[in-house]
Amino acid sequence: MTPRKKRFWFITVGIVVLCIAAAFVLNAFQSNLVFFFTPSQVAKGEAPRNRLFRIGGMVKDGSLKKGSDEIEFVVTDFTNEVSVHYTGLLPDLFKEGKGVVAQGRLSDQGLFTATEVLAKHDENYMPPEAKSAMDKAALERAAKSLKPNSN
Amino acid sequence: MIAELGQYILILALLVALVQCVLPLVGSLTKQHAWQYLARPTAWLQFALVAGAYGCLLTGFLRDDFSIAYVAEHSNHLLPTPYKVAAVWGGHEGSLMLWILMLSVWTSLVAYFSKSLPIGIISRVLSVLGFISVGFILFILFTSNPFLRELPIPAEGRDLNPLLQDPGLVIHPPMLYMGYVGMSVAFAFAIAALITGRLDSAWSRWSRPWTVIAWSFLTLGIGLGSWWAYYELGWGGWWFWDPVENASLMPWLVSTALIHSLMVTEKRGGFKAWTVLLAIAAFSLSLLGTFLVRSGVLTSVHAFAADPTRGIFVLCFLAIVVGSSLTLFAWRAPKVTLGGTMGLLSRETFMLINSVLLSVATAAVLLGTLYPLVIDALNLGKLSVGPPYFNLVFAPLMVPILFLLIPGTVAKWRNANLQDMFMHLRWTALVSVVLGASLPFLMGEWSFGVFLGWTLGLWVGLGTLQHMVERVLKPGRIGGSFWGQHFAHLGLAIVVLGVTGVKSFEVERDVKMAIGDEVTIQPYVFRLNAMGEVKGPNYTASQAQIEVFNSGESTEILKPEKRHYLSSAMPMTEAAISSNLWRDLYVSLGDPLPGDAHQWSMRIYYKPFVPWLWVGVLVMVLGGLLASLDRRYRRASAQSPLQTAGQALSMGADGEEGVMHEREIGGDSLESLSPEAVNSQEQSLEADTTAHELPQSPSLHTDSGVQSAT
Repeated sequence: MTPRKKRFWFITVGIVVLCIAAAFVLNAFQSNLVFFFTPSQVAKGEAPRNRLFRIGGMVKDGSLKKGSDEIEFVVTDFTNEVSVHYTGLLPDLFKEGKGVVAQGRLSDQGLFTATEVLAKHDENYMPPEAKSAMDKAALERAAKSLKPNSN
Repeated sequence: MIAELGQYILILALLVALVQCVLPLVGSLTKQHAWQYLARPTAWLQFALVAGAYGCLLTGFLRDDFSIAYVAEHSNHLLPTPYKVAAVWGGHEGSLMLWILMLSVWTSLVAYFSKSLPIGIISRVLSVLGFISVGFILFILFTSNPFLRELPIPAEGRDLNPLLQDPGLVIHPPMLYMGYVGMSVAFAFAIAALITGRLDSAWSRWSRPWTVIAWSFLTLGIGLGSWWAYYELGWGGWWFWDPVENASLMPWLVSTALIHSLMVTEKRGGFKAWTVLLAIAAFSLSLLGTFLVRSGVLTSVHAFAADPTRGIFVLCFLAIVVGSSLTLFAWRAPKVTLGGTMGLLSRETFMLINSVLLSVATAAVLLGTLYPLVIDALNLGKLSVGPPYFNLVFAPLMVPILFLLIPGTVAKWRNANLQDMFMHLRWTALVSVVLGASLPFLMGEWSFGVFLGWTLGLWVGLGTLQHMVERVLKPGRIGGSFWGQHFAHLGLAIVVLGVTGVKSFEVERDVKMAIGDEVTIQPYVFRLNAMGEVKGPNYTASQAQIEVFNSGESTEILKPEKRHYLSSAMPMTEAAISSNLWRDLYVSLGDPLPGDAHQWSMRIYYKPFVPWLWVGVLVMVLGGLLASLDRRYRRASAQSPLQTAGQALSMGADGEEGVMHEREIGGDSLESLSPEAVNSQEQSLEADTTAHELPQSPSLHTDSGVQSAT
């Protein structure tokens, strides 16, 4: 083979391999994105059923119930609430009145079953997702409360 | 006073860095020798100043000087002294101080160990390092000054994050940073070579030991981080595909490709442009890692910093570094690509595949790490990319890498023979497959994943051992880089075996236990004997006493703790781990459960093969160190290319001296031969040494020889 031909083959094989790898990577990527929804979005029915997603907000005060196996608590953005079921050990920093992010699925009955409650490792640290959920809800409330005045 | 002194010294360091950046480079371009010779003294002076500034900050910590805001944020009176030392890099500002300290250490080491390098090269290398230093000191002074005072002076500091109060975290960041920052040396050599327009084998040989050392530190740093997460976070995971871990994995993947690519550049003169690109990528990804961790863009354990201006500064710096080096590359690279010839089946081909696969893996990790950030920044919603994506992508990419590793080490340069390789390796392959298929039965459960993982691990391990034994049985001195290469591969094999083992056979039990309760994970029985309170220097803890029985016999008592640090409301789980070569028993204590039963939630894990991960990483690091200590680099660097080129030219006239010199160096220098003669001689040498041993031989620069001969 001439060097030119050889180079041609190298490049062709390289491009084919790269394309296969890219297709494969993007496919895996597509099916593993985990989207984030606020409790208000869940209440409006924007969240998918039976697909993994995350919710975030505050753990409502007094909502934590530890059963014999299952743990139950309510995540709120102070506008809407989602009750969460979880089996397992809670992270060290899980507390009522603190921010939380939970990953799980919403059943057809509207029950959120968490497979993971995310640990955040600083008591002053608010998970950015939880914070943005709170901010969004606060903004909507503010917008609503302004309406009667303007009329 | 100490804070002002520190800041003052840091400003001086900035000025010196500016001098180190500008004058030697200008000198090398305008041939002003005096300016070029400034490179070394300024590098040393800069080291002294940066170390001085760092010392000031350290003194602030040791003296509990809470008038310094940073000290008050990250330390307090009760913090044990070793952790006060570690607290210096416990936060954003201090970790950047550590960054520039590391950079000045690397710079001084380069300045010291490069005495024999031509001044034109070394002045440019040190100048590039000076430029990086300028960027980072500016970053510290403008956005993250650790020397700021706080008034009124708080009586007590806030304490170091309890998670960081751990021996693992005392050494993890310095090791990781040594690795990150070490990539700047590879980068500086690449840029200097681009400026000079000489990407020859001499350049790759100077650059190789530095890259390998940096890679070793990076490996060690990542391993320590993983180890720390494993025992400190309390739930037995050792890799999370967390963005911060990805940030350290990406430079590791690229630098692994770089090490292999540099080898081809040194031995065969090929892949030059590609090697330079990898060096630029490795350093850029290190910067990206710093940006990701230190800018607060991540929703992650490690992202303690939360100031956007910092992120923008690092991002701009990153843009300047990547932009200008790629521009330089585009301008210069066409002039320097003159690769050697290679056959379709040759060691070069394997190296190429290695590079491509590692780059694809890096790109996949980069996509998964950055995509959520980009989407968030564009306000398109919030999402995350979970570990399943990374596992799904990473495992299939590692399979061909592991499979091709052994043929790659056996294949001859330039043209390999498939049949020879097959005959050579068939027994190893057979043994690996048979063991890989049968060993899972011993563990009680067969699955395709275990079979594949263990077969590949055994294949890499046994193939490497086979090669080592064959080499040892042959006469001749064996260079450090031979041992280095094979130990690193052996370490990889151990890690692969360990990862497969722990992923496939771990048993995790989240249970509730009252005193006297037992949990069984065959053949172990765990019994909760007692609960008690213990007091540490700055915390109190609940402690469980769990007796472990192995086949009915009491073997030990594990004492997991739940700590409450006095200065922070944050509880900390301190797992108790019992290790031996084959498995870890991992117990961590949860919260007491409500009700009258006096139960505690408890994690009781059986983790087989976990110690293999740490052993494997250490063996890899050992390999890296052995390779970088190869005598060849020291000998060879005692020869500047100008000298050798000169020698090559003067050989005709003064042949005898040249020949004697070559014998002393190792006997098969090829420099005065024509390219054709080089090829034929190499081939004849290959006939009586093993295929890759030839490149190990301390041959002088083939390239300069070729240049001088043509």
